[in-house]
Amino acid sequence: MRRPAARLPVFAALALALLGGDASAGEIAPGERRSGRAFMAPQTQAMQADDTSNPGMLWVLQGASLWEEKAGASGRSCAGCHGAAEAMRGVATRFPAFDAASGKLIDLTGRIRQCRSERQGAPDLPRDSDALLALTTLVAHQSRGLPIAPPKEPRLAPYRETGRQIFTTRMGQLDLSCANCHDDHWNQRLAGSAVTQAHPTGYPLYRLEWQGIGSLQRRLRNCMIGVRAEPFAAGSEEFIALELYLMQRAAGMEIETPAVRP
Amino acid sequence: MTRALVSVPPEAKRGEIVDVRAMIAHPMETGYRMGPNGAEIPRDIITRLTCTYGGAEVFSAEFFPAVSANPFVSFSLIATESGTVAFEWTDDKGQTETASAEIVVS
Repeated sequence: MRRPAARLPVFAALALALLGGDASAGEIAPGERRSGRAFMAPQTQAMQADDTSNPGMLWVLQGASLWEEKAGASGRSCAGCHGAAEAMRGVATRFPAFDAASGKLIDLTGRIRQCRSERQGAPDLPRDSDALLALTTLVAHQSRGLPIAPPKEPRLAPYRETGRQIFTTRMGQLDLSCANCHDDHWNQRLAGSAVTQAHPTGYPLYRLEWQGIGSLQRRLRNCMIGVRAEPFAAGSEEFIALELYLMQRAAGMEIETPAVRP
Repeated sequence: MTRALVSVPPEAKRGEIVDVRAMIAHPMETGYRMGPNGAEIPRDIITRLTCTYGGAEVFSAEFFPAVSANPFVSFSLIATESGTVAFEWTDDKGQTETASAEIVVS
């Protein structure tokens, strides 16, 4: 893949020349925004709506037992400091966030890993491991029904702009940007599947195709492979910046974790 | 650790038809897939599910490789007496996992 960053000036210059500088032509109007849930078959919607049939709840269950489990040198569990998992209500609506200590962008999964390594002194859990997904799902599940509320922190602004640039930059052999499909053609279908608007309202979510729960980064990796681009590294700043932009784009929409998607 | 969810209405009237649902986390590996370097991934599925109500078997099912991961089963029962609705899943290794829920019949 040609690096999107390297192509950006060229693309930006072209866009300026062709569109008269209006790079936001395709953005979805606030009233038109719809969760991926709205594009699903009624059966899949019903599966998500009922906690006794939503398979994502199995990871919430696993997360709840990990929450109580003592880990690492500190001999403390998550519950030891934070109390009941319900105390995490609203947390997921504010991530990715700016981590003042490291001066970097951090996502919810990254925060949980940081807490484990720095405060619990526990062995690291790899991204996309069942245990870390379960903890992330449990924490995000506490915010179900709350509106996404991206932080107003000014130091996030450059990252958000990076994320927007990644979203609108063509990449891969198919030479498509995220915006080409998810801003401009969200009401159409691609090989029989709904294109959708790409709002990250339900992550980590249970995807029937995966037969398991997965992170937003896994989904983004799928999309990048789909356009024949080389995916960013797991946990990389590019991915989290893109995640930050997507959350801004979905600001005010309801968290659904654990969502179900086809 | 067993990750299973069993859902039974906590209360029912005698003779009422109630919905019972059960779901368990399991990879249901078919045995037909190949891993890195073409190595066979061994089959690992749940082969049998049984449900007892008040000690008597009321439902059982045999599972095959075509059943999805994290299998979900739903059926109905006639509530006859207060008791435990208990599920038991047996997998290829012969291990069993259990989960149950109580129902109060009035």
